[in-house]
Amino acid sequence: MEAIILFAPLVGAIICGFGWKFIGETAAMWVATGLLFLSAVLSWFAFLTFDGVTEQVQLFRWIESGSFVADWSIRMDRLTAIMLIVVTTVSSLVHLYSFGYMDHDPQWREGETYKPRFFAYLSFFTFTMLMLVTADNLLQMFFGWEGVGVASYLLIGFYWRKPSAGAAAMKAFIVNRVGDFGFLLGIFATYVLFDSVQFSVIFSEVSQMQDATLTFLWRDWPALELIAFLLFIGAMGKSAQLFLHTWLPDAMEGPTPVSALIHAATMVTAGVFLVCRMSPIMEFAPTAMTFVTFIGATTAFFAATVGLVQNDIKRVIAYSTCSQLGYMFVAAGVGVYSVAMFHLFTHAFFKAMLFLGAGSVIHAMHHEQDMRNYGALRKKIPYTFWAMMIGTLAITGVGIPLTGWIGFAGFASKDAVIESAFAGTNSMSMYAFWMLVIAALMTSFYSWRLMFLTFYGEARGDKHTHEHAHESPKVMLIPLGVLAVGAIFAGAIWYGSFFGKTNEVFKFFGGEYESPSVELAAEVADRSPKASELKYVMAGEPGDAGIYIAPENTTLHEAHYVPTWVKLSPFVSMVLGLLTAYLFYIHKPSLPKTFAEALWPVYNFIYNKWYFDEIYDAVFVRPSKAIGRFLWKWGDGATIDGGINGLAMGVIPFITKLAGRAQSGYLFHYAFAMVLGITILVTWMMIGGGAE
Amino acid sequence: MDNLLSIITFTPALAALILAVFLRGDDEAAQRNAKWLALIATSATFLLSLILLFEFDPANTGFQFVEESPWVFGLTYKMGVDGISVLFVLLTTFLMPITIGACWTVEHRVKDYMIAFLVLETLMLGVFCALDMVLFYLFFEAGLIPMFLIIGIWGGANRIYAAFKFFLYTLLGSLLMLVAMIAMYVDAGTTDIPTLLNHQFSTGTIELFGFHIIGGLQVLLWLAFFASFAVKMPMWPVHTWLPDAHVQAPTAGSVVLAAILLKMGGYGFLRFSLPMFPVASDILAPLVFWMSAIAIVYTSLVALVQEDMKKLIAYSSVAHMGYVTMGIFAANQQGVDGAIFQMLSHGFISGALFLCVGVIYDRMHTREIDAYGGLVNRMPAYALIFMLFTMANVGLPGTSGFIGEFLTLVGIFQANTLVALVATSGVILSAGYALWLYRRVVFGDLIKESLKTISDITPRERALFAPLVAMTILLGVYPSLVTDIIGPSVADLLTQYSAAVEAFVPDTMHAATGHGG
Repeated sequence: MEAIILFAPLVGAIICGFGWKFIGETAAMWVATGLLFLSAVLSWFAFLTFDGVTEQVQLFRWIESGSFVADWSIRMDRLTAIMLIVVTTVSSLVHLYSFGYMDHDPQWREGETYKPRFFAYLSFFTFTMLMLVTADNLLQMFFGWEGVGVASYLLIGFYWRKPSAGAAAMKAFIVNRVGDFGFLLGIFATYVLFDSVQFSVIFSEVSQMQDATLTFLWRDWPALELIAFLLFIGAMGKSAQLFLHTWLPDAMEGPTPVSALIHAATMVTAGVFLVCRMSPIMEFAPTAMTFVTFIGATTAFFAATVGLVQNDIKRVIAYSTCSQLGYMFVAAGVGVYSVAMFHLFTHAFFKAMLFLGAGSVIHAMHHEQDMRNYGALRKKIPYTFWAMMIGTLAITGVGIPLTGWIGFAGFASKDAVIESAFAGTNSMSMYAFWMLVIAALMTSFYSWRLMFLTFYGEARGDKHTHEHAHESPKVMLIPLGVLAVGAIFAGAIWYGSFFGKTNEVFKFFGGEYESPSVELAAEVADRSPKASELKYVMAGEPGDAGIYIAPENTTLHEAHYVPTWVKLSPFVSMVLGLLTAYLFYIHKPSLPKTFAEALWPVYNFIYNKWYFDEIYDAVFVRPSKAIGRFLWKWGDGATIDGGINGLAMGVIPFITKLAGRAQSGYLFHYAFAMVLGITILVTWMMIGGGAE
Repeated sequence: MDNLLSIITFTPALAALILAVFLRGDDEAAQRNAKWLALIATSATFLLSLILLFEFDPANTGFQFVEESPWVFGLTYKMGVDGISVLFVLLTTFLMPITIGACWTVEHRVKDYMIAFLVLETLMLGVFCALDMVLFYLFFEAGLIPMFLIIGIWGGANRIYAAFKFFLYTLLGSLLMLVAMIAMYVDAGTTDIPTLLNHQFSTGTIELFGFHIIGGLQVLLWLAFFASFAVKMPMWPVHTWLPDAHVQAPTAGSVVLAAILLKMGGYGFLRFSLPMFPVASDILAPLVFWMSAIAIVYTSLVALVQEDMKKLIAYSSVAHMGYVTMGIFAANQQGVDGAIFQMLSHGFISGALFLCVGVIYDRMHTREIDAYGGLVNRMPAYALIFMLFTMANVGLPGTSGFIGEFLTLVGIFQANTLVALVATSGVILSAGYALWLYRRVVFGDLIKESLKTISDITPRERALFAPLVAMTILLGVYPSLVTDIIGPSVADLLTQYSAAVEAFVPDTMHAATGHGG
């Protein structure tokens, strides 16, 4: 069954991409979509019937070289199952949605075929993403990792007539490669340490490697810390974390369904998945995890600030994605992997919905993306409005405070992240807590700003466009409806599984549990008196369950007993954000301008995205080209060729003489006589030798 | 078939002979006949080499299909293949029919052109099969001549300069190798390669011009061979002949040059340097590592600013060969497996990339990147194929380009992590130059007036690409096809290598322990 889930999208991609000439465009698109729905249904079946036992299915051999072995195979555990449903559900809905969105795309000329190509890319993306999440070794994961990168490259550059699309596609691929550079080094280090890249081997040996060191560059490092750090660099690239985030906003050049699928719900969460997948190593790498927490928290804050002032509707949501990914990394960084996965899971629903909703708005407004030209669309596109409203309620985390789970999906998971951060024990967790609370305020502000600018107030911009604004077709609204169900209920339904009592969570992820040692219980009681009832810690070896939580890591337990003000803080932030947004964009729409002018240095700084693009251009891009040019002209040209030509100075007049002859053909005959002579000689000797 | 290898090697030469002797005239019919004969001969050679592949026993790490007979001047004609060389034979025979197919539109001196390629094929096959040092040298050097002519006669405007640069560069490198071979003959008393592989060349420190040379004779011999193979590879900083040669060479010439001729250097390292001079290899490995790492970064950066498509791909070839040299001298299973794999894979990928350039060069007669843009508008099939090979060149997993690059990096990481770090940065740079090239040539709107009527690839061109596409993906998804064949021979080579390296104790240490005793 796993094999069908995995390969159905590939088959769909091939049939759709190459077969549309034979079966027709529409049929090809339906084949791809149908196969994805098949995948999705089977994935849900696999998820709901999963019994907690990790399963491995070997498909066939891949790379074998000495002791280095990596096969094509599937690892099925709870972590994989979660990713399977996220990927296939969002992907199949996006396929369906694209029937409407990609119809009559103004980017293309009359009679041009582009839809089967689009669907083929989407399906191909899904296949590589599934390869990534089902991998049972680091190398197959890297295959999926790079595969989604290519699919993303192709889809960002889908409108290939636009120069900006080509540039964005290239940027995405190259920045991701910077991350992959770290990932690759991480794989090498893993292989050197474990003599294997197979998860089952790595996990079963990891506890013996706690004190191992690895020589890297100029000194010895704690091996597991090094590996965790290098792999996380890969995660930073794919999940657009600070310093490697610059590609994500530009990636919005792609068609909106792509943004929803790849750049919100699935691909960008691969980094979070990687950290959770490698939790057995991460648990033994506290310093690396502190770094993860720091980067996640800073990204959450940074991206939220930039999101405050963007005018392009898709860019606002893109920065929001970047910021939410930071939340997930904080949860993973403080060692509560289940909550990282929880937020990944709920985020997939509401963020995909926000993007698809934005797509519906864009569709209605004839591909206008600037929110300054929106306004008062509430009545024109009511279904889209309600979808976006649900998405906004979910992302800002609306719910009944202190119940934990009664609220929209984002309420349950985001509060869980913030509480985990507060309970975290590494040196960055308190920093992370405050960053996340502030980011929650900003999240609420920019989300409501988006809603108010788009759906409320006065109609701005082109009158004609506003008059013709129309609700999207059913194929686009149905996916919104399905995702809305997820955005409302996903948090409440699975709250217990991801962030419930520790034993519940362990059980959900397929792990055993046991009573903690007396010393540990005492230590926890000492640290946080309210959390003194530590009853369970994870038992068994790393790798038995989908995630591994070391017995000493009791953050999940302690997160349930944080002070009440901590539990209330995200809610308060949300309300403050909402009120400010209301004040700025409904009550007194002149305020934003006044603020921007009064605080212009700050405004410019965040409006220009903290100048990352400019700095990178000056520090990396231009110097690379300048150095390249220098090496070419001065290294190759003047130094090497110059030196050699200098040596051959006496030979050059001779060359020119010969050159004349070569053209006249003398040399040709001379040379051939020589070669043929050798050939005949050898042949003759061979036959002669054979006769003897 | 006792002399299968000779038959394979000399079938193309026989066809060349027939062409030279029997084909008269230069009219259209004669040209067509010449092309067809060449195509049939190279295809037949390929089919014959398939027998070789199927009969080859990977478990046997010795030489197979050995032929030996006395030859002129007391020399021996000896041929044979092992796990290291057999696939290079296959690579050559596989690519030659494609190369001939790529010459199909040539009209200038077609008969001579075909003869040049056929003779070249024989000589290249000879290099990979020869088991006698003198025979190897003859094939190795003679291979220069047809390539020199292909560039010098059928090349671009500046072909004479490029041809001579190519010729002199490689010839000068080879002269040192000849001296070394004579020294080896004097030392070992034989030119038989299998015997030499088991001969231990002296490692005792010798004094030369006041320098103490640790590793002695081995180091000197190693350096002499290195001079020749490094130029052939080509390694930085003796790579500058390659871009010029590629730019001036006709398409088919570039394909052979990049896909097969460059591999002779790597093969030479594996056949001579590593097994015959293990101690020297071990001592000098850091030199190779750094030259390789510099090559990867340096040529990638240079590739980034090229304005000529062929030059860009030529520089990228140098970078990719950097992985090969690095992998070989990492001297572990992954490194050497990866190096061989990278050479084979680069044969398909670089060959295909030069064909890609050839396709549009045939139509527009320019290689300037700026002359293109928006080709996808009129050439979707071409855009797809070019994309595939661009990605393969970048080392995307799932294509053969990844396997070689990855394994060599795994190999070097075990030998020297700093070099590995520098070399791994190549994955970023290669994406930079390759995707930028693709974007400028293929993406964008079709604005240039001259391109408005450009046509997509023809069925002939499709037929040339199809086998390359198939191999690139097949080897990327199932590389065991290759590693199963090369693995045992490589393992055997490395066992002997490490035994020799471990047994070596520098003289100075001998002296020290002597004092202690």
